[in-house]
Amino acid sequence: MAPNLLPIDYILGIVVFWLALGLAGLVLQRQPRLLAQLLFPAGALGALALAVVTLGALGGGTNVAVLPLGLPDLPFHLRLDALSAFFLLLLGGAVFGISVYGAGYFRTMEGSTLGLLCLEYHLFIASMVLVLLADDAYLFMVAWEAMALSSYFLVTTDHKVPEIRRAGFLYLLIAHVGAIGILLCFGVMQGGQGDYSFATMRQAELSPFWASATFLLALFGFGAKAGLLPLHAWLPEAHPAAPSPVSALMSGVMLKTAIYGLLRVTFDLLGTQLWWWGALTLVLGLMTALYGVLFAAVQSDMKRLLAYSSIENIGIILAGIGLGIIFHAFHQEAVAVLALVAALYHALNHAFFKGLLFLGTGSVLHATGERNLGHLGGLIRRMPWVAVLVLVGTLAIAGLPPFNGFVSEWLLLQAFLLTPALPHPYLNMMIPLGAAAIALAAALAAYAMVKFYGVIFLGQHREEKLLHAHDAGNWERLGLGWMAAACLALGLFPVAVILQLDNVTQLLIGRELGSSAGHAGWLWLTPVAPERASYSPVILFLIILVGLGFTFIAVRKLYHGRLRRGAPWDCGFPAQTPRMQDTAEGFSQPIRQIFEPVFGIIRELPSPFDTHPHYHGETRDRLWNLFYLPIAAVTEKLSGLIGKLQHGRISIYLLYSFITLLALLAFVR
Amino acid sequence: MNPTDIAFQLAQNTLVVLAAPLLMGWVNQCRAWMQNRTGPGILQPYRGLVKLLHKDAVLAHDASPLFRATPYILFVCMWLAASLVPVLAIDLPLAPAVDVIALVGIFALARVFISLAAMDIGTSFGTLGARREMLVAFLAEPAMLMVFFTASLISHSTSLPTIVEALAHKEFVLYPSLAFASVAFLMVLLAENARIPVDNPSTHLELTMIHEAMILEYSARHLALIEWASSIKLMAYVTIGIALFFPWGIAEAGNWAAVPYALFVLVLKLTAAGFGLALLETLSAKMRIFRAPEFLGTAFLLAVLGMLVHFLLEV
Repeated sequence: MAPNLLPIDYILGIVVFWLALGLAGLVLQRQPRLLAQLLFPAGALGALALAVVTLGALGGGTNVAVLPLGLPDLPFHLRLDALSAFFLLLLGGAVFGISVYGAGYFRTMEGSTLGLLCLEYHLFIASMVLVLLADDAYLFMVAWEAMALSSYFLVTTDHKVPEIRRAGFLYLLIAHVGAIGILLCFGVMQGGQGDYSFATMRQAELSPFWASATFLLALFGFGAKAGLLPLHAWLPEAHPAAPSPVSALMSGVMLKTAIYGLLRVTFDLLGTQLWWWGALTLVLGLMTALYGVLFAAVQSDMKRLLAYSSIENIGIILAGIGLGIIFHAFHQEAVAVLALVAALYHALNHAFFKGLLFLGTGSVLHATGERNLGHLGGLIRRMPWVAVLVLVGTLAIAGLPPFNGFVSEWLLLQAFLLTPALPHPYLNMMIPLGAAAIALAAALAAYAMVKFYGVIFLGQHREEKLLHAHDAGNWERLGLGWMAAACLALGLFPVAVILQLDNVTQLLIGRELGSSAGHAGWLWLTPVAPERASYSPVILFLIILVGLGFTFIAVRKLYHGRLRRGAPWDCGFPAQTPRMQDTAEGFSQPIRQIFEPVFGIIRELPSPFDTHPHYHGETRDRLWNLFYLPIAAVTEKLSGLIGKLQHGRISIYLLYSFITLLALLAFVR
Repeated sequence: MNPTDIAFQLAQNTLVVLAAPLLMGWVNQCRAWMQNRTGPGILQPYRGLVKLLHKDAVLAHDASPLFRATPYILFVCMWLAASLVPVLAIDLPLAPAVDVIALVGIFALARVFISLAAMDIGTSFGTLGARREMLVAFLAEPAMLMVFFTASLISHSTSLPTIVEALAHKEFVLYPSLAFASVAFLMVLLAENARIPVDNPSTHLELTMIHEAMILEYSARHLALIEWASSIKLMAYVTIGIALFFPWGIAEAGNWAAVPYALFVLVLKLTAAGFGLALLETLSAKMRIFRAPEFLGTAFLLAVLGMLVHFLLEV
């Protein structure tokens, strides 16, 4: 054993291990069963090791490493500090569950071969680790591109379907538009020194104008990756197209690398912040949250519903970050730390509950072959394990106590309520309106998730083939169970989580929350002061359990437990069929009606005289027409103009060279 | 946490559970009087509960465990919510565990479970009820949160006892923001408790029902628990309203001698509130279901206005 191995060395070891697993996947192509059940659990163990190492490294200061890779004289710089350790912990924890699940999920694949998929999968998680560790712009962009490309290939696993190829193309396009933004952002930050290491960027003093330019470029570039409005269009196309574990990885983990990047640039690399950056981020975040949740509520495809819900959650996280920037800019560190902790906590929570839900849809998809909510139903009776575990995720994402989604939203609302501390009368008044938007988004999320769970798992089976659906296997149950347990644990022990998050906020703004949040011990979450606000999920959970036990026993002992089974009553209506239940469209009809101006709704209704009545309804994203298509049209026009320069005749090209030469000579002289 | 506090908490827990149907009975009796009927007497809800508890439960063939567990979850959530409201005295040892945001969360938890249970059997009425309930909820819940936020901006706390302490025992100040908030809260109370004008608890008319549509498939002990939970929910909302907007008479921290007086005042307030509720219900008519979003949207805007008024006039 080599002496003095730093945590970062172990992490690099895990990265190499994952790459080796990916290559082993190519070797084991011919034995898909062995491949899935050997390599994916091994990868999961790597992820668990990563989580353990980074949990230890969170409070352990920074360590750096230089890899003799890359271009001559331009080695890769790596750095592990509390911020990257936190996101690596998130990655390790979520990837463990997803990889274990993958061992059962990936059997024979259509389209792409399993060996290739194994390589892309491990390349994808390894490149995410490198993004989080990068300490120079060069390595960051290389890893970022590797992440984008490997996930592009994962999205297009099923490349024989035209829609999936189209989704993959859109994803690749927006990923690269965003990457240009990030590259320019780094270019501005190095300030003409030609040194792209983050250490130099930390030292650079930027004027407010250039600092603002950097921030806006970062917001654009990372926003494109995170699905910030109006750059979200790829997300509901690409995430559902991938195999479910990959969707879980993209929604749960990859989106967080964008959050990481934004935090890294804003708080670490740029020394100071202006308050209007935060206001912009807050407003965009709130709009993204509301927009995402409204579209989630009207989707009919279960994975698209979850993808839109990811947009909502990213919006909530960004709102927290925006609030943090505002408070930090006004030197209200005590509140800034609360908002940032809420945002980081929500990022962690989202990785687990969204991962859990995407994995759950994977099991449903395998068991039934259906993604459309209109063909599902009643699965709680055929797949009780998946149903119970997904219920945990549903309650968590709907922001209900005592699960984890509630804790982060609670913290965020507390931060909103502390705005009167701001020395800015106008902001003081406007920011609490943001709390109203968050409350509305949370309530709508509950609507969308009741629809998601109720239509898939409850009610009567809408298709005959659902009667043959089978429950998930042991690997899948284990993966789902891990994610569900994390959702409950993160909900029950917030003080322990916040004590770890303190290392991150200490790095970002030099303050911590744990001293006040854990003021009254691990049992009580008191973010500011006990008399201001307190919440104890463990006590709440225990009271509910004791109350349930007491009520159950009281009713049984005092009266009786007699029970008869009969046909459903339904107001005496005798001829019930599964078709009479609400479809997904029916359930979301009130939302479509109330928020009609937001949606682009296309309806074709039959006239009363149609002999073959045909009904068609579609809800489209309005921004597609308002934003994307005009840009596409302008681009096409421009490229048409440029195309006129190209004739394919060599004499004309020689003429161009000649004219250029003349022009240059004229300039130089 | 001393034994007196715990004893008091247990006493309040028992009291709200046992007294809740009485409030329901009183509201129904008042309505009957106002509509020139004799009325069944204020003890009728108890008789209904006993009757339901003695019956054999009938369950649809493929009801899942979720369906059977929901009445218990609903009952416990409402019970917990009602026991956390400081109506008699400020000292409630359980109160620090759940602040007003968590209180709204508990109501939401109960609502999500009952909506899911309504979809479980897969009847047309069940899903219709679940959809409408969630429709009412997604507007009522933010409005309720905004009401609480206004109160907590005034008192600098989201803990209910602290809010009540601040509003009840400081020098008397008129808060214009609370006037907006109280109207919004009243509208939320009517909507959340399935009262006229949003829902009508006494009909089974398919075009209008919300709450009743969700619980059509329940019978016997399960139905009894749900009915009981509904009356505890009404009790919880009315006492929250009292604690926020009419807190006078609630005993201060540690002042046990004032509790009997507080109990007397509370009974008076509840009697008046029940009468007022019946009057409101008698005077208004049931709305079409798609007017409900307008009604609740108004409540939400009023609550937000209340918060703005707080910043404009009171800071």
